Amino acid sequence: MKRIFLLAFFLNIVFAVNGQKYMTKNGFIGFYSHTPMEDIKADNNQVVGVLDISTGEMVFQALIKSFHFDRALMEEHFNENYMESDKFPKSLFKGKITNLASVDFSKTGTYDVTVEGDLTIRDVKNKISTKGTIEVVNGDINANSKFNIVPEDYKITIPGVVRDKFDKSMAVTVTMKYTPITAK
Amino acid sequence: MRRLSVTILLSLITLGIFAQEDLMNIVNQSTPKEINYTTATFKSTRVMNGHSIERMQAGQLDVRISHRFETLNSGGYNFFGLDISYIHLGLEYGITNWLMVGVGRTEIDKTFDGFAKFSILRQSTGAKEMPVSVSAVTSVALKTLKFPDQNQTNYFTSRLAYVAQILVARKISEGFSVQLTPSYVHRNLVATELDPNDIFALGAGARLKLSKRVSLNGEYYYIANPKTYLSQQVYNPLSVGFDIETGGHVFQLFFTNSRGVIEKQFLGETTGSWKKGDIHFGFNISRVFTLKKHLKSPNY
Repeated sequence: MKRIFLLAFFLNIVFAVNGQKYMTKNGFIGFYSHTPMEDIKADNNQVVGVLDISTGEMVFQALIKSFHFDRALMEEHFNENYMESDKFPKSLFKGKITNLASVDFSKTGTYDVTVEGDLTIRDVKNKISTKGTIEVVNGDINANSKFNIVPEDYKITIPGVVRDKFDKSMAVTVTMKYTPITAK
Repeated sequence: MRRLSVTILLSLITLGIFAQEDLMNIVNQSTPKEINYTTATFKSTRVMNGHSIERMQAGQLDVRISHRFETLNSGGYNFFGLDISYIHLGLEYGITNWLMVGVGRTEIDKTFDGFAKFSILRQSTGAKEMPVSVSAVTSVALKTLKFPDQNQTNYFTSRLAYVAQILVARKISEGFSVQLTPSYVHRNLVATELDPNDIFALGAGARLKLSKRVSLNGEYYYIANPKTYLSQQVYNPLSVGFDIETGGHVFQLFFTNSRGVIEKQFLGETTGSWKKGDIHFGFNISRVFTLKKHLKSPNY
């Protein structure tokens, strides 16, 4: 009986290490829009992200109220008028690395990847596909990507009076520095 | 042999459940429980005439221009009061996120005023629950009209009046907020023995959001004391109107029975009555400028 349990125990450990997950609680997402009239820039340094290297799946979630602007009034308008963050407090990305086979997570190096998935903002889900890089260094994984999103795709209404202050699309930058989740 | 296959089967089932542990669950468990502070209880730092719990954040400057016209019952010849207006100019600045100061000047009695507003409590949900926002306002008003009788000894302190208020507000829902404002006014010198030096009042204000940028606001102060001002009946100030927010500006358009803009003037010096038609059209224009920026963004 004891031998059976020991065997089951070891088998679980072996397979658990293969399903290695990485996480960060301080991922960075920033967005930027430049027009001759106005620059709009916000940072969120509290993005929670998880990456499963065996399946290439990644999930990250950002609280809208954690996006900070350098102008307090702009941040208030962002939450109150544009994002309605009391109604839609979170934004979520669920996707996976499509060329997982080309990444060797055990070897230090930088790999180009393509990530596809669903981005949900204000309860509107859109499929996005973007290129990025995965950097494996000293047992940690850094993931970076840049892509554009159009506010109207997520039912963010920008009144005609101020439309010129915004670029057609917002340039989004994602920088996640993952560390391994220790096995349970 | 049979025992081994059972073991392997059990292990596979166990690890299957383990591998299926949703990434989403990990994310949800790791998202820190934050304190969710209520924002935008009102659209500006005033409900209508009186202060709201809203404040200027650190480094923000609010330029305020307030007009009160004469009464609607002035008749058509006076264009229903629009021919005459009383103006208040104010500059208000956030020193820190919880302390705001302001200075102003109105032509009524040529009065300068200054105030400090302290944000004491903020309504919040989440990691910390606070049902109301509480602020305190203290202000002083200085009348600079020349003394009517230059032959008697006139004291500088006779020109002064002080106001202290506690503001308690709650954003009940996304579209509806209320505020209670117990207030105390002290006037160093009053015209007759019948005019009280100390006035106690309780204000009630509310706002109802009609759209993302427009709200319907109302404000009423109940004055507790026997009420006269310069031997005239003093009425409770009541104001009703709209707030319209457009980017950096907030326009407050309303009808009120008070001529004065500052607390010392509309609490205790309101001699107009809604029933008699002494209704003034008034507006406040507020424009916020950011003088100090907060965030040091990385370049990207």
